[in-house]
Amino acid sequence: MSRKVLMKGNEAVAEAAIRAGCKLFFGYPITPQTDLSEYMAKQMPNRGGLSLQAESEIAAINMVLGASASGARVMTSSSSPGISLKGEGISYIVGSDLPCVIVNVQRGGPGLGGIQPAQSDYFQATKALGHGDMHLIVLAPANIQEMAILTGEAFDLADIYRTPVMILADGALGQMMEPVDFAAKPVRVLPEKTWVCNGHQNKRPMNIVNSLYIQPEELEQKNIERFERYKKIEETEVKYEEYLTDDAEIVVVAYGITARIARTAVNLARAEGIKAGLHRPITLYPFPKKRLNKLADKVDIFLSVELNMGQMIDDIKLAIECKKPVKHFGRTGGVMPVPEEILDNIRRLAK
Amino acid sequence: MSNFLFAGFGGQGILFSGKLLAKVGLELDKQVSWLPSYGPEMRGGTANCSVIVNDEPIGSPLVTKPDVLLVLNLPSFEKFEHTVIKNGIMIVDSSLVEKKTVRTDIKAYYIPASMLASDNDLAGLANIIMFGQMLKAIKLFDYSLVEAVLVHSTPKSKPQLAELNKKALSLGYNYQA
Repeated sequence: MSRKVLMKGNEAVAEAAIRAGCKLFFGYPITPQTDLSEYMAKQMPNRGGLSLQAESEIAAINMVLGASASGARVMTSSSSPGISLKGEGISYIVGSDLPCVIVNVQRGGPGLGGIQPAQSDYFQATKALGHGDMHLIVLAPANIQEMAILTGEAFDLADIYRTPVMILADGALGQMMEPVDFAAKPVRVLPEKTWVCNGHQNKRPMNIVNSLYIQPEELEQKNIERFERYKKIEETEVKYEEYLTDDAEIVVVAYGITARIARTAVNLARAEGIKAGLHRPITLYPFPKKRLNKLADKVDIFLSVELNMGQMIDDIKLAIECKKPVKHFGRTGGVMPVPEEILDNIRRLAK
Repeated sequence: MSNFLFAGFGGQGILFSGKLLAKVGLELDKQVSWLPSYGPEMRGGTANCSVIVNDEPIGSPLVTKPDVLLVLNLPSFEKFEHTVIKNGIMIVDSSLVEKKTVRTDIKAYYIPASMLASDNDLAGLANIIMFGQMLKAIKLFDYSLVEAVLVHSTPKSKPQLAELNKKALSLGYNYQA
């Protein structure tokens, strides 16, 4: 039988995390993410780890903080309303410069919303996962193989930059199955965790993990130092994929599940003689600003496609400094567009 | 012929049949995707799953216009009958769906799968009987490969179930609809 295994996106993230050395998982069930917690609960005890269902999302994220402070590779996962609950803890983790991986298998919102796929947490993920001057690295996989690879990558990025990393998926990617090959993970050089609070019997100076700084100058310095790391992330960690953009007059920008549907629409448009292409950001933070800005010099118009009312469109406009028009097309509330709907929009704009 | 939709009640093995097809595609080194309905319909209403087996990278995993539709209950028949593409194929469990399609532009196969299952001591395997009938209708996959994948997909702890699955597959394949 094939070396590849057929797996749900949720399960692939869980398996990839265990393979990346994740020893602790703290979660709380919520559709459409629950298969991830379930997989962890089943696998972790047999593979030298621990999976714990906390009493709430808030408890889970604070357990992540504690585990990370002690140096463990740790992960939590949830879906949109649950991620909102984690907001305070995420900000504390950023403020404490702790690495961890947070998975959001998005569903429709606001409020309890629905349980079908959505991308309406884009603003939250890229701008405001918590209070304070902060970012998370946000990765947007578009297929199950990438769910696995980017999960491994997320743990490495978190350790290298001492920051939480978010896997921003959606209900469709969480629930669907595709073949996965776990052998494909790239390896990176990781810094030693000299800052951990793991007990040392007075053999080294004391480490303190903390996000409270009463002296404004001290806090300012902390934030400046963190933003220097963000600058490095923006310079070196941008990832994107392009399809038929070389001669494109109209470029569709889409990430995650939507990018796949958009790719089909681009093929349909090409068959009609429309010079369409696709730019797919893989990192939503850092956003592929430079590349989009360069594309704007030769492209006539951009079409941002998302499962929301129009969020990434703002980042595209900023990236290209409004050199060219940017339009939005989206379905929301848990509805996924068919390729023909995107094609209609491409046709209209190509005229 | 790459887009498949399996539809019926929760508990009829709809998702398992879909997975079986996806695994066959995987063995053939095709691009495959499997997407279940995971809404409230899973809890007693209509459950369905989209399966795509293709040579090209798969865009949307959601099948809205199936080439092949497998139907195991009346609500699904009424919901999806009109979505099958022209010249597509529909396989119907006629022991659960008494209706016949009004469409003349598709090929419909009626097989009393649930009745065949209970008459042959194959309780709960109407889905595999349906799969067998589909296999013959679509003429895309090698029978022995599907049988091997089916056996491989059966829990090792239940060797007798593997034999029953094989029997159900053969029964469905050889039934003259």
